Amino acid sequence: MKTYIINRLLLMILTLFGMSVVIFVLLRLAPGNIVDILFDSAGYVDPYEKKVLEKELGLDQPVYIQYTRWMGALLSGDMGKSYRLEIPAWDVIKPRIPVSFELAMLALIFSIIFGIPPGVISAVKQDTTLDYVLRIISLSGLSMPSFWLGLLIILGFVYNTDLSPIYINAPTDFWGHVLLFGVPAASVGFRASALLMRLTRSSMLEVMRQDYIRTAKSKGLAENVINYRHALKNAILPVVTVIGIEAAFLVGGLVVTESVFNIPGVARFLVQAILWRDYPVVQNLVMFIAVIVVTVNLLTDLTYMWLDPRLQLSGSPS
Amino acid sequence: MSESGVVAEEAVKPPSVLRLLGIQQTFEFCRRKPLGAVGGFIVAVMILLALFADVATFIDPVSTNADQTLVAPNSTYLMGTDYLGRDIYSRIVYGTRISLTVGLLSTALGGVGGLIVGLVSGYLLGWVDLTIQRLIDIMQGLPRLVLALVMSAALGPSIQNVIIAVAVPLVPIAARIVRSSTLAVREMPFVEAARAAGMSEVRIAVLHVLPNTLAPFIVLVTAQLGSAILVEASLSFLGLGVPEPHPSWGRMLSESAAEYAQQAPWLVIFPGLAISAAVFGTNLLGDAMRDELDPRLKI
Repeated sequence: MKTYIINRLLLMILTLFGMSVVIFVLLRLAPGNIVDILFDSAGYVDPYEKKVLEKELGLDQPVYIQYTRWMGALLSGDMGKSYRLEIPAWDVIKPRIPVSFELAMLALIFSIIFGIPPGVISAVKQDTTLDYVLRIISLSGLSMPSFWLGLLIILGFVYNTDLSPIYINAPTDFWGHVLLFGVPAASVGFRASALLMRLTRSSMLEVMRQDYIRTAKSKGLAENVINYRHALKNAILPVVTVIGIEAAFLVGGLVVTESVFNIPGVARFLVQAILWRDYPVVQNLVMFIAVIVVTVNLLTDLTYMWLDPRLQLSGSPS
Repeated sequence: MSESGVVAEEAVKPPSVLRLLGIQQTFEFCRRKPLGAVGGFIVAVMILLALFADVATFIDPVSTNADQTLVAPNSTYLMGTDYLGRDIYSRIVYGTRISLTVGLLSTALGGVGGLIVGLVSGYLLGWVDLTIQRLIDIMQGLPRLVLALVMSAALGPSIQNVIIAVAVPLVPIAARIVRSSTLAVREMPFVEAARAAGMSEVRIAVLHVLPNTLAPFIVLVTAQLGSAILVEASLSFLGLGVPEPHPSWGRMLSESAAEYAQQAPWLVIFPGLAISAAVFGTNLLGDAMRDELDPRLKI
């Protein structure tokens, strides 16, 4: 187990290094650099000023020097400066982290609550009307764009209530949090719950065909005991992996949901920075997201090993 | 006539015209998989709308009309008009072309790229496989939409760049599936026999291994088409997708969302329904094809 953890940590560092190279190269595919963009938007080009600014930003250096300087700054906690807002990027990102974290956690809780129990029910009641209804709902969840669902929710609130789930000021009480975070979380979590429902159903069906389940039935155990104490315990393992992957990839869902509901989170700031072409900030933000995703994947693997005693003996999930 | 003669005659009965054209197999598939048939019907309607958009619409999708802004659905404007007086129905029909083009081309591009990478990785093994798998880990370290966003921003706004931005995140997904199949197939006796007969590794990989990895690959590609359409719609919604004047379902939602949705809810309902129907249809078709080609993966 210890060896596995060390190997995974080393692999994590290697993966993050590789991702930093990919992000650095991707953002240099665009013609010109941030200085060209700043001067274009200002509407004039002074070659001397341009050279001074390029030197100040280190853009006159070879690419590998630029990369080394960027990584050095990042590792020492310097996330660069937003040239649009003219303040350190960390000062803009820091207050947005708890906002995105709260939204992501609520979305994950929603997806688990509305994904796993319906998946179990759908498997237990296989090929009944309830099963077909749940499967169609889950397929609809996978088909509906989360930003459209968010817009429909906003329309529903506007037409039927005096409340609006659009974020204008920070919530001051519990019900404020429910409205401004719970509603968008449901919008993001619905799609994830659909995926979890399908996977839970598939996993349960596979486990319920096993011999030990047939033995439990022949022993006369109650259906609930068989389904939850025996079947679900083993069926949940692959679902845990997917929950971990979904947690990591919730950022993709947050990007559009934060935009729809006007939530001042990290993902929304990423979109704004991309639209402003504030590439130094985009570079650092994407790297920040990459660190979160890779860390969550590692924690998922470790949780999977902790849940399945067979993996602890073998020393790895594979 | 002897029995064996009768049996021989029945055994060499030529296939009917319907079977030759694939029509009979299609009907049999629809009977076995009614939900798949529904999905196939939705996809077929989309393809027809995309091909015959000029015939299916009567109003230019990009022409504006200041006198007809935010008109509710009626006999002239079947789905109403937007804040510039543009016909929503025409824009949705022409938007089908964009969504299908981007969806199909990006899925094909990403799928073929993943097929080549996965086949090379799974067949050659060794340091080639190790390197490719680490590159796949790196590419899969970012959410698909975030990677597509960054690529779209880096490459600039055009349909071709959106196709590339949507295709690239699919490459590692396809490569993993193909590699997994290749690892199983390369150990099969017929591959060993081909090697023993003196066939080159390239010929073995292309003529023997590749055809036997296609079933799960086709399932994946069909399933990813819906996802590609969603990613394109999301990029367009965020302003980084297909640029003007091409009508895009995602951009139709972002243009109308904040300001006009309350007074003109059709601006939100119809484009969203179009995206959902397209993805729903491809998901249904993909599920049915998976059940047909690889029943072990049945959900």
